[in-house]
Amino acid sequence: MLLRRTTRWPTWNWTGPFDELDRMRRQMDLLSQGLSRGLWQEPAAGVFPLINVTEDKGNYYVRAELPGFKGDDLDISVTGDTLSIAGERKISPENEKATYHRREREAGRFSRIINLPGQLDTGKVEADCKDGILTVTLPKSEAAKPKQIAVKAS
Amino acid sequence: MTDTESKALQPKEKSEAATPAEQTRPGLVFTPAVDIFETEKDITLLADMPGVKADDLNIDLRESVLSLDGDVKAPEGAGEADVIREYRTGKYYRQFTLSQVIDQSKIDAELKDGVLRLKLPKVEAATPRKIVVNS
Repeated sequence: MLLRRTTRWPTWNWTGPFDELDRMRRQMDLLSQGLSRGLWQEPAAGVFPLINVTEDKGNYYVRAELPGFKGDDLDISVTGDTLSIAGERKISPENEKATYHRREREAGRFSRIINLPGQLDTGKVEADCKDGILTVTLPKSEAAKPKQIAVKAS
Repeated sequence: MTDTESKALQPKEKSEAATPAEQTRPGLVFTPAVDIFETEKDITLLADMPGVKADDLNIDLRESVLSLDGDVKAPEGAGEADVIREYRTGKYYRQFTLSQVIDQSKIDAELKDGVLRLKLPKVEAATPRKIVVNS
């Protein structure tokens, strides 16, 4: 079209006032996609089971989702500032004549070692596996607990 | 069918569900992993729903649509701060359309250690019968 040919001059090589903005918007979209996907993309250590560690003033709490596990199937041990969790999930074989329509649950062995940021009181560690969630309560050693220091008024 | 030697379990990220309807309460919704198998007499469904207690689980079967809805309360106490967070918690929801007709009065559900075992017996007419032809 005639209009197009006149806009081929060097000073006229943008097709509209929003061209630059469009390009910027597309680049920002790509960037933000990368960010939002990347946050939860992979489990941090790439080891089963995925854990959440939380702390309050006196304890660390390590939680893992382990459906189908009872206390006896798990092997938990503590040394110094390290917690080790190991076990095996067995899925009992069902009736031989059954036809499976879905098979999504997995069975197998796992073993994971977790380093905690502070020293632990290894004698008082407790573990509880209820409804498929394992909660290990690890009391901090006295030296690791935060202590309030009173400022002396001079 | 099952492996004779154990292999190492791989970590699997929890799959978030795209719920068909918007939720009234805010929170994440996950799709639980299920095993479904069928025998002549019934259909059995095993679902991994860790953190769901029997009171918080709703199983609904109407018009051949089976809905599993398990509510999970955040296990962390009030004063706890995050050190490492590798998985998020949220409720579990999954829906299935059943092709077989189920005898609703004989449905058996058991929730143990976070695993739901749901046994759906088929209506008697659906169990295969051999029909003898008289000559």
